[in-house]
Amino acid sequence: MFENRRYIIQAIFIGVGLVFLVKLFALQVADDTYHIKAERNIIHRIIEYPFRGLMYDRNDELIVYNEPIYDLMVVPRDVYIADTADFCNLFKITEEDFLARMQKARKYSSVKPSAFLQKISHEEFALIQDHLYKFNGFYANPRTIRKYSQPLLANEIGYTGEISPKELERDTTGYYKSGDYVGVTGLEKYYEEQLRGVRGVSRKVVNVNGIEKGSFKNGEYDTAAVPGKNLITTIDLKLQAYAEKLLAGKRGSVVAIEPSTGEVLVMASAPSYDPNLLTGREFGKNFKKIESDTTSPLFNRAIQAQYPPGSIFKTVQALIALDEGVISADEAIMVYNIHMGDHAPSGKYDVTRGIENSSNNYFYEVMRRTVNQGLSSSIFTDTHLGMEKWARAVEGFGFGSPLGIDIKGEAPGLVPDTEFYHKMYPKEKGSWAYSTIYSLSIGQGELLVTPLQVANLAATIANRGYYIKPHLVSGFKENGVVTPIEYEKHYTGKGDEYYPAIIEGMKLAVEKTAKRAVIKDIPIAGKTGTAENGVKNESLDHSVFMAFAPADDPKIAIAVYTENAGWGGGASASIASLIIEKYIRGEIKKTWWNREEYVLKKLYLKGLEGVEN
Amino acid sequence: MRKEGSLFGSIDWLIVIIYFTLVVLGWFNIFASVYDPVANQSILDMNLNSGRQLVFIGVALVPILVILLLDFRIYESFAPLFYGIMILLLAGVLVFGREVNGAKAWFEIGAFRFQPAEFTKMATAMLLARYVSSTGVKLTDFSSQLKVFLILGLPIGLIMLQPDFGSVIIFASLIIPMYREGFPSIYLILGLTIGVLFVLTLLVPQNYLFIGIGAVTLIAAIMQWKKPKRLIPVALIAIGITCFVLATDFILNEVIYEYQKKRVEAIFRPELVDPQAEGWNLEQSKIAIGSGGFAGKGFLEGTQTKFGYVPEQSTDFIFSTLAEEHGWIGSLVLVTLFIALILRVIFIAERQKSKFARVYGYSVASILFFHFSINIAMTIGLFPVVGIPLPFFSYGGSSLWSFTIMLFILLKIDMHRSQVLMRF
Repeated sequence: MFENRRYIIQAIFIGVGLVFLVKLFALQVADDTYHIKAERNIIHRIIEYPFRGLMYDRNDELIVYNEPIYDLMVVPRDVYIADTADFCNLFKITEEDFLARMQKARKYSSVKPSAFLQKISHEEFALIQDHLYKFNGFYANPRTIRKYSQPLLANEIGYTGEISPKELERDTTGYYKSGDYVGVTGLEKYYEEQLRGVRGVSRKVVNVNGIEKGSFKNGEYDTAAVPGKNLITTIDLKLQAYAEKLLAGKRGSVVAIEPSTGEVLVMASAPSYDPNLLTGREFGKNFKKIESDTTSPLFNRAIQAQYPPGSIFKTVQALIALDEGVISADEAIMVYNIHMGDHAPSGKYDVTRGIENSSNNYFYEVMRRTVNQGLSSSIFTDTHLGMEKWARAVEGFGFGSPLGIDIKGEAPGLVPDTEFYHKMYPKEKGSWAYSTIYSLSIGQGELLVTPLQVANLAATIANRGYYIKPHLVSGFKENGVVTPIEYEKHYTGKGDEYYPAIIEGMKLAVEKTAKRAVIKDIPIAGKTGTAENGVKNESLDHSVFMAFAPADDPKIAIAVYTENAGWGGGASASIASLIIEKYIRGEIKKTWWNREEYVLKKLYLKGLEGVEN
Repeated sequence: MRKEGSLFGSIDWLIVIIYFTLVVLGWFNIFASVYDPVANQSILDMNLNSGRQLVFIGVALVPILVILLLDFRIYESFAPLFYGIMILLLAGVLVFGREVNGAKAWFEIGAFRFQPAEFTKMATAMLLARYVSSTGVKLTDFSSQLKVFLILGLPIGLIMLQPDFGSVIIFASLIIPMYREGFPSIYLILGLTIGVLFVLTLLVPQNYLFIGIGAVTLIAAIMQWKKPKRLIPVALIAIGITCFVLATDFILNEVIYEYQKKRVEAIFRPELVDPQAEGWNLEQSKIAIGSGGFAGKGFLEGTQTKFGYVPEQSTDFIFSTLAEEHGWIGSLVLVTLFIALILRVIFIAERQKSKFARVYGYSVASILFFHFSINIAMTIGLFPVVGIPLPFFSYGGSSLWSFTIMLFILLKIDMHRSQVLMRF
């Protein structure tokens, strides 16, 4: 009767079967989003953080190392604490704090671990360790933070911190993740890539409760963490400590360079801070305090401060004029003190005597000859042409732009050229000539240099005509193998035959204008300077001293700036000579006059507003 | 020897082969669902579901043997008795039963658990078959239809009280053998309409639904304008539909449990469901199945099903294990096996000379089909999650034995199909 209904029924059954097959095809074959979701489900990437590279000084002394710290992790679901008060006492937190942290952890996940307390020090952990068993659901996760063997080199080493959202955005390699620690300043930042090493990733298969169930595909895609490279810095840690000690209570900086290599032996800036403050749990609090300090301890004066060079610049003037051939080394020029005020009397001066006596009017004439070579009948045009030549020659000594030392933030200084003065003295105001700008001849006026550039000048003269880019790192050490970094020589002029006259002048200058720098048995070539303090009549000018020693076989070139210390032959020369002696002799030989005591007593910072001492 | 030879006699070997294929595949997949790659266990491990399932499979041979030995006529003769016993057990389970997952559906005697609803399906099918095959019953008559609904309604009502909606839906499958025997199509159409309206109530805001109903009624009324007598049924249908919509809304919001509502919403309005909570089962099942790809991840290589992401892994969601490890090819094999089994059962039903046997055969086909299709549909998000196992495949003795008994009774009856004539 209803025979045909069997076909309807069978058709429906077959139809449903086909619908399933089509839907399953769409789900399993056509749509691959489920593959991704499946992997996200089960694969738990475990990041193995590599050991950050260490830093050593030139004598293999450890400067920066890693110290283990602990994060207290919590798995909220497993938490069982018999006595909350006991827990809070042990970890030194309040009960409200405890509840707030628990809630935060629970909000993240009840089964996945998250950090309950961060950066528990090794010492604190030793006290806690034995009690941890009492608190179910908590465990300690070891990490490392940076530690500094001595409270030195704060601005040179820099500090590490959590990566900022901005930097994260800029990271095109996609290496970093939110929460990663990176070098923020100094060497930590500059050599971040070498120091950080390579993160290891292991992929673990986890079940629905986040419990590991073995490695993913037998670890085929796992990578081992590669520890960061160790930095071999050029710093002489003992000398650095001595320099920072001498700078205590002053505002200023010391840069010492090994002339033959460009290696920076000392780079100190005062006031500074203890780098250990910017690591560990108190980072935030300490950073705020240091940042708001009115003496700006985060300001690295050695590379960031810019001053007019003062009389030390006379050496550059002489070298350029000699190179240009407008004077010769033994040419005695009769000068009359009519252009500028002068400590040196009127009379006949050659290069050596000019530097020895720091004769302002002699260098007035030296620079005039460089700038006004009679290339044009117009005194203006002639100056403009000459200034262009002069500015380029000055730049050849590394002035006017950053030298490119291996930490960030180096100031360029300023070398005014023709264009600069055209802007400064627009045509409608009448043009400018040598008579407008002659204060440059003695290193005053618009010129600006950094202490590093001055130290580099000392090294250039010590090398008789070339410098090697000053640097703080000479190579990387990996598994005991050292990979040195190559640096090339920069030549400053046409020849080195002019240098003996300058060096002779500098040797004599120390005996004459910087008697405090004289060290028995170690001939020093040096030049004092006074950088005009922009604020007139307020406080003393800045004291500058540039030197290298031994004069005939230079091992160290140095620049010392002491702010508001007045004349360069005083504090700065004393500091420089002490560092030179310490470096070359290894100790300070006792003399009838205690230079060290003299320097340590000079506390120029005292009395300045807002300074803690 | 002769006796043993006649024991299997003219049994339908194709069904027996498909049956054992499904049972063995099921067993392997149960092992794959519970296998822990770290622990390196054996499929025979008695601590695992796979080990226990092997015992269930072995024990299933006992009822098969008993059925083959028993007289094939007892099922028709004792159908009312079986039905009566099952109704009593269903009533009893409401009083003495143990509550599992919010439903009082199980008797528990020691370690042994027994779900009367599993066997009631079979008993109901037998009584229906006996009733339909008795002389003078015409399913085109309303009085006969009423009696069919009565036989179906009694167990459905009792199971509703447990409540176990999954089993209720399976009972609805028995409409199909009735349809085959001449039940009016209007019941199927009505059922379909109710289904469509139910989905529409979920998907479309009530206001729009009412506007739609109004518009359709108006058009129907205009079309029937010249025959005013027909306006009354049109109006009645419109009122009926409106009531149904209101009732559905009421049921969804007031009667059924929140979790059940969420399971329904997970299918039709997934945006309302949190995949981390109520939507978890379905989402994880889809991830497992979807990540299987064309050829699958390989036996014991599945990751989603192995690590507990899919709940009820070896029972109701066993299909996701198969689909993950054997991909679309595995799905194809499984769907083909089931459709082949069901079509073969229909073929057997159609070759019966006795009406009882035919109706019973169609009932077996329909129950298997409903179990299979609803189970697969719920794992791939075409049907709300209800606790319905995949026949022969899912872990569990109760389910395996009841399906085995149901199928082998049909095979036993089929073996004696030529003897039937003698009775009439």
